[in-house]
Amino acid sequence: MSLELKGVTKKFGTLIANDSIDLSVANGEILAILGENGAGKSTLMNIVYGLQEADSGKILIDGNEVVINSPADALKHGIGMVHQHFMLVPVFTVAENIVLGHEVSKRGKLTLDQAKVRIKEIADEFKFEIDPDALIENLPVGIQQRIEIIRALMYDAKVLILDEPTAVLTPQETDELLAIMRSLKSKGTSIIFITHKLREVKAVADRITVIRRGKVVGTTGPTATQEELATLMVGHNVVLTPTKSDQRLGQKVLEVRNLTVFDSSGRKLLNNLSLDINAGEILAIAGVQGNGQSELARALINLEEHVTGSIKLNSVEILGRSVNDALQAGIAYVPESRELDGLIGSFSIAENLILDTHDLAPTSKLGQLDRKRIEENARKLIKEFDVRTQSIFDNVSSLSGGNKQKVVLARELSRSVQLVIVSQPTRGLDVGSIEFVHERLLQERNAGKAVLLISSELDEVIGLSDRIAVLYRGEILDIVENNTTREKLGLMMAGVK
Amino acid sequence: MKNAIIKFRKVALLPFLAFNFAFLIGGIIIALTDAEVMAKIKSPGEFILAFLAKIGNSFLAIFQGSIYDVNLARGESFFKGFYPIAETAVSATPLILAGLSVTLAFRAGLFNIGAQGQFIMGAIAASYIGFSFELSPVIHVLLALLAGILASGIYGGLVGFLKAKTGAHEVIVTIMLNYVASFFILWILKTKTFLRPDSINPIAPEVNQSAKLPQFLGSDLRIHLGLLIALLVAAAIWWLLNVSTIGFKFRAVGANASAAKTAGISTGQVTFLTMFICGSLAGLGGAVHVLGVNHALTADIGGSYGFDAITVALLGRATVGGTIFAAFLFGALQTGGLSLLSNTGTPVEIVQVIQALIVLFIATPTLIKFIFRIKKEVSESSLAAKGWNG
Repeated sequence: MSLELKGVTKKFGTLIANDSIDLSVANGEILAILGENGAGKSTLMNIVYGLQEADSGKILIDGNEVVINSPADALKHGIGMVHQHFMLVPVFTVAENIVLGHEVSKRGKLTLDQAKVRIKEIADEFKFEIDPDALIENLPVGIQQRIEIIRALMYDAKVLILDEPTAVLTPQETDELLAIMRSLKSKGTSIIFITHKLREVKAVADRITVIRRGKVVGTTGPTATQEELATLMVGHNVVLTPTKSDQRLGQKVLEVRNLTVFDSSGRKLLNNLSLDINAGEILAIAGVQGNGQSELARALINLEEHVTGSIKLNSVEILGRSVNDALQAGIAYVPESRELDGLIGSFSIAENLILDTHDLAPTSKLGQLDRKRIEENARKLIKEFDVRTQSIFDNVSSLSGGNKQKVVLARELSRSVQLVIVSQPTRGLDVGSIEFVHERLLQERNAGKAVLLISSELDEVIGLSDRIAVLYRGEILDIVENNTTREKLGLMMAGVK
Repeated sequence: MKNAIIKFRKVALLPFLAFNFAFLIGGIIIALTDAEVMAKIKSPGEFILAFLAKIGNSFLAIFQGSIYDVNLARGESFFKGFYPIAETAVSATPLILAGLSVTLAFRAGLFNIGAQGQFIMGAIAASYIGFSFELSPVIHVLLALLAGILASGIYGGLVGFLKAKTGAHEVIVTIMLNYVASFFILWILKTKTFLRPDSINPIAPEVNQSAKLPQFLGSDLRIHLGLLIALLVAAAIWWLLNVSTIGFKFRAVGANASAAKTAGISTGQVTFLTMFICGSLAGLGGAVHVLGVNHALTADIGGSYGFDAITVALLGRATVGGTIFAAFLFGALQTGGLSLLSNTGTPVEIVQVIQALIVLFIATPTLIKFIFRIKKEVSESSLAAKGWNG
């Protein structure tokens, strides 16, 4: 089945999200749609899937114009979609989730037998291992995504839309997904693959359509270089690998010894972990998501509750003290999720910039906030960190992902600190913001700070770090020099030393 | 200035419409449940006249009972007519304090359903100090109020402590503590200490003259010092929420506890402190009520002040100014309801129907927006729903 869009336009007020977009995907073809966050990719796909209505334009299937007003229409025409945020009910089983909306009942009682057989068939065909009776909440995200794919296939999707499918996946899971996509393609399914990750596009796509600010700016084959694609996507030349100056190593700043973190049921999440970071170096933690990275970051500022061992900052023990003590002892902390842990969405930008200094002079005096100082501080920082906003009084939730991250960085790096902990600092950011964050982290290193970079992006780890610690199942497998090959690191991340 | 108007409209429009719409529906119910009006159903002309007259008379009665009554002024001074509005203020006083208790909790991300119990505890403590001691007036009043604040502060603080230490949900705990308080007052009024010596009814001795809150507009009007206390406390709470660093912590925890924690704010401390202050506020309401109006503790001293406080806070959209305004509206409804009964024979319960309708319409912003065809721009964040995410 082939799908074609002609002149699709969608406006939100004065913003043109999609400007007369033409594109097509042939039978058994993988079309990558590449674009930065906010370029209009998701809006376009929501139109194809019937979640939003286009202002003008046509959708053609096998050359015939169709009208799609709802996801049910889309399914009827053989279009399936796997959303960036999964549409699964966590407390339901795999089979229950898959039949959701298409339940078959016998005398008023839900029957899942047929569905289970079908799930098995599809799973076998693509060599998935899936237990139809497992609860969704107990499954890793990679598996949850496969369930979404199975769901689309169950209802005979001939064109499958994958919206940023690798955003939540580990490098291994990503590779597995790419293999699944190839296998789907070989069986005749067309795939529209929406992403902003260049490596994946090159690995799997037959054709690449690049969208910038709601317009198609070019369509190329997978032979285009990453630099060419990035330039097309951003609209100007970009530096993908930051340049690192020579290292000036200082004295030891952080000393972690035998750090063990338990969850509330006593299971070990981090086991006997030891590491040092010196002033003037970036130590990167590489590893597949879920091997204890989040717990390590949280434990270092006393956010974890059940911790043993020792954490010394400039030879002073900070383990067991409050979060505030750890931060004020000289740690800047950029959490993994800026929306959840880094910012308060309904607070203004100015207020978010004083979140962890609100009761210190000069932000406050005698228990009272100094509005003037807070505003001055905000004006200074949004300039220094290039936060694009109309007003410092706007809610921080109105900012784009990149600008939100800049607010977090501005707050944390403007305090006087010796150790900078950043967790997944560029997740979900556009290329421009990624460049900014990378440069800023290198600046901190060159200014003699110790930096702990936790990232699941291997490129980022290799590009920025001086040393790399590989975390596997809560333990450090090894700490290696930056010149270690990608392949070797990949193997270590899978637990092979 | 223009921004201020836009902001005000954004916050106040929805409660305003909800309030008016509730009155409209209330009026229709009054007319449709009236036997005389319904008797005329066969002749449409007369029916409509009677229908409208009934609604008009009812609302006039509420107005006369709560704001200004020409009949009272007739033959006497113009000011005598203001007696009803003074009564409204008397009813509003405890509602302001209890309403602030719920408002403050909302802002810190907590749902304090326990204002009723805290109100009762405050009233018990203030009454005890009031009748047990002979002191000089200023000191006696201060001591009695302080006792009310502390007793209910501890009662509320207990909820915060349990939540911080064990994760017990404040909604469940406060509901339970409301029962505890309403049975505790029944029991304590039977003890030797509290039961009035010459009485068989459960009523405590009247507080000594020195502990009574003075009526500062003369003895004709029951309006008492408690109103000024309530307004001063409201100003203090406004300062706490919007200017102080503690209030910043409260709001941060209320808006995103996880981010607040990551920024080094102790959510446990904030939860405890919030519930302590919330308890104190409701308890001060109880203390002021017993020292200013009733003067003697009875089993039904709490009335439904603590529950109305939730509506007041919701109608006031969890802002200090809004809460004061809503407390006065509710005070007016209460006093107006009484004259509704005496002047038009309409059951006073209709006031509760109107109150319930207000809550319903505020809780369903989509419905109001649909009815009045309002487009976006009006904020509809439902504060009440947040409490359950704990």
